[in-house]
Amino acid sequence: MADIVTLDRPLDVFAEQAPPATRVRGYWQSVFYRLRHDPVTLVFGAVVLAIVLAALSAPLIAPFDPYKESIIGRLKPFGWGGHLLGTDELGRDMLSRLLYGGRVSLSMGVVPVLFATLIGGMLGVIGGFAGGRVNTAIMRTMDVFYAFPSVLLAVAIAGAMGGGIGNGMLALTMVFTPPMCRVAETATTQVRSLDYIEAARASGASTAMIIRYHVLGNVLGPVFIYASSLVSVSILLASGLSFLGLGVRPPTPDWGLMLSTLRQSIYVVPLVCAVPGVAIFITSICFNLVSDGLRAAMDVRM
Amino acid sequence: MAAVIAQIPVLDPRDCGGPQQPLLIARDLRKHFPVKGARGKSVQAVDGVSFTVRKGETLGIVGESGCGKTTLARLLLHLVVPDAGELVFDGDAVNAPDGLSVNALRRQVQMVFQDSYSSLNPRMPVRDSVAFGPFIQGKQKPEARELACDILAKVGLDPDLFGARYPHELSGGQKQRVNIARALATGPRMVILDEPVSALDKSVEAQVLNLLRALKRQLNLTYVFISHDLNVVRYISDRVLVMYLGRVVELGPVDAIFKDPRHPYTRALLASRPSMDPERRIEEPPITGDPPNPIDPPPGCRFHTRCPFAEAVCEATDPTLELWQGPESHIASCHMRDPGSGHSQAGNA
Amino acid sequence: MIFYILRRILYAIPIAFGVSVVCFSLVYIAPGDPLQTVMPPDATAETIAIVKHAYGFDKPLPMQFVIWLGRVVTGDFGLSIATRRPVFLEVTDALANTALLALFAAPIAFFTGYAMGVIAGCFPGRWVDRLVTGAAVMGVSLPNYWLGIVLVIIFAVQFMLLPATGMGPNGSTGFRIFEWSSARFLVLPVITLAMIPIGILARTTRAAVAEVRNQDFVQTLRAKGLSEWAVTRHVLKNSLPQVMAVMGLQFGYLIGGSILVETVFTWPGSGFLLSKAIINRDVPVLQGTILTLSLVFVATNLVVDLLQSLIDPRIRRG
Repeated sequence: MADIVTLDRPLDVFAEQAPPATRVRGYWQSVFYRLRHDPVTLVFGAVVLAIVLAALSAPLIAPFDPYKESIIGRLKPFGWGGHLLGTDELGRDMLSRLLYGGRVSLSMGVVPVLFATLIGGMLGVIGGFAGGRVNTAIMRTMDVFYAFPSVLLAVAIAGAMGGGIGNGMLALTMVFTPPMCRVAETATTQVRSLDYIEAARASGASTAMIIRYHVLGNVLGPVFIYASSLVSVSILLASGLSFLGLGVRPPTPDWGLMLSTLRQSIYVVPLVCAVPGVAIFITSICFNLVSDGLRAAMDVRM
Repeated sequence: MAAVIAQIPVLDPRDCGGPQQPLLIARDLRKHFPVKGARGKSVQAVDGVSFTVRKGETLGIVGESGCGKTTLARLLLHLVVPDAGELVFDGDAVNAPDGLSVNALRRQVQMVFQDSYSSLNPRMPVRDSVAFGPFIQGKQKPEARELACDILAKVGLDPDLFGARYPHELSGGQKQRVNIARALATGPRMVILDEPVSALDKSVEAQVLNLLRALKRQLNLTYVFISHDLNVVRYISDRVLVMYLGRVVELGPVDAIFKDPRHPYTRALLASRPSMDPERRIEEPPITGDPPNPIDPPPGCRFHTRCPFAEAVCEATDPTLELWQGPESHIASCHMRDPGSGHSQAGNA
Repeated sequence: MIFYILRRILYAIPIAFGVSVVCFSLVYIAPGDPLQTVMPPDATAETIAIVKHAYGFDKPLPMQFVIWLGRVVTGDFGLSIATRRPVFLEVTDALANTALLALFAAPIAFFTGYAMGVIAGCFPGRWVDRLVTGAAVMGVSLPNYWLGIVLVIIFAVQFMLLPATGMGPNGSTGFRIFEWSSARFLVLPVITLAMIPIGILARTTRAAVAEVRNQDFVQTLRAKGLSEWAVTRHVLKNSLPQVMAVMGLQFGYLIGGSILVETVFTWPGSGFLLSKAIINRDVPVLQGTILTLSLVFVATNLVVDLLQSLIDPRIRRG
């Protein structure tokens, strides 16, 4: 078996004949490509953006002062006196209160999910990567919180702490941390047993390096998808807490709180009273559909 | 003349001890994995394995699934910490207070993994996967990337065409080349290859094997090549080590092993290769039964439950590997080879 | 098999313990002096001191927990600040009413959701699938208390067909299920409660059915010549365990998470009791209700897990 290899051009003989180079697409590029061609997600994504922008620019676009009460103008129907969506039980403009209320409701929807992703994600990656007793300890602690239905847990914590927007956010963060931790742990455990992690260890990489370069990139996907699906749940739960009086205190506008205070007046102007709920409903649906679209775009087996 | 020049080994600047000193000595390596739930019981994956690897040779390690080859591979790189035994790399004891640290070992020894699908990060372009090793070992990112491109070219993948690709855009053979490139990127002296061609088509397998041989020559490497495929091992190895249930049963030069197998297990393995030649009839009795459970290995010689020559002494005492007398010696661990063992065929085989 | 059951039950015990720790600590995360939470604000100094000693607030925290746990295990949840009745009685009365809602809502939700999911899963991509998926998304995105209000607006205010709130002319004690005069009060709350589980179940069932249909063994069945209907039966049987797990979880939510719906309809169930307790700062009731509801949830999950292992032989093996 004589080798014909010489020192000059040793390995050209083994060169791969590559097919003509196709356009190489990375993972994130392919995600954006799929998203760009998904009309439903794009449309609802635009709606979400519109809602967020409207809430952010409330001071600029709100027609009236959301706190200004009016004794004669109480519970007026759509269109009365320039109030596009009527007035509430204290005579305040519904549209303006909706816009300002959006800021509270949206932040109570997004902020807890953000914190839960950070905390739960970190715990899950640590547990999943460390394995063994550390993992068991973390997951069992999470299991205890899993034993509560989410509404109950949120109400319990917020209720015990006395309500208010801060406590509400804290309660919701505690509700979402265990599931997020679980998602991160599952993803990390799956990645951890793959050979390229061993190969990275064999190259001499420290645990921190391995997590940063090899684990995080692969775990971030499922975590992000799950987080996006939590936002709509969070908006619902947050407004639920406000409905029970555990969210912001009046007179600060908030969709759930508005629904609660308007409840007595459904016999007078039913349509106006239903409006805050419509806002919650639409926002929640849009976030849901966008998150579904994100999942479809990102969750592709490579 | 060019071929002669090509054969003179170039001494590696990190070499200490010269060509006579074995590059790797493994002494009595042992690794037992405790079984979850059954206290006291453990999977005896590697149970007292000793061998040496000379500089510039290819040692092939053969055995069935479950004989401990993969665990052994990981022990050699300290990816799994041995329960007992020691490793000596070019004269320095590994993980000993005044010897080589594990990190230093990993700069000189690297591994190519079996499963080409899971051994590359699906989210990283291939060039970055290869550059990761040099990057960890201190190079800056651009320098590491350039090094990666060089190595990719050496394994036959044009870095401009293949460098930016993702693993899912490569064929099995291309992925394995990338794995080889990754192992070579840090400039090791020894490469452990764990079933590198098992998952490839036959034609691709031949290409990769030839590539490995050429690379070994050009880069002055030493290989430990693990496989269950006897033909592949025969093609690429200089010496062969046969493993069974965590122990070494035979060790010797490749031609000697294949022409004159001395352990009944080796004989049965070789005989079980299908042959198209009606002249090559199988004369040895085949192996019967399933391999025993590595949690509860049979007492005495571990092969005695399937050995057609088993006798009472085989169940009673462990056979010892004959004394290793140099690189050409051909030794087996069998009572039939040991004149004083009490086996009826002792001294005759 | 028996080991699995025992192990599973054993596993529930530390969870229950953890739950009780969380419930116990609710009092202490509340702002203010925990003692004031069990005393009405107009108590005299001596009464406070007596109660303090009786409740053991002067002892260290772990001791207090043990004392509290001891009382709870025997059923003594303390007295409600608002009504002076034993909390245990209040909770069990309320729980019965919630259970009534759940018992009606569950079959409706399960049946509807499952049927919708099966149809969608068997015809993936067609208009039925899109319709069902759309409806499911809407169901899941719905604030169920808002739906309750809307239904009240439609049926009670506009058309005056059904009552808006309450549990009937005779209250909870005189509730007659089989008489329309009482039963009509059930209709709106049950429908409202069932909405979200329907959405979740439709989604889950659809995903499970579609996934099972894609598996190789289904093709094998068709190749063997089985009729489409017979194949579908196999598919349903195989997708059932996954769906059952979700059903069980949803049943737990129906009992534990009904607070919002009950508040809207003033249905005197455990959820309504909880919201009243929050408003009144009635901490013994708060603690007792949360503890009971979460333990019921844990027990429900346990039962569902065990049932699942009976149906799905893969789980039994380990």
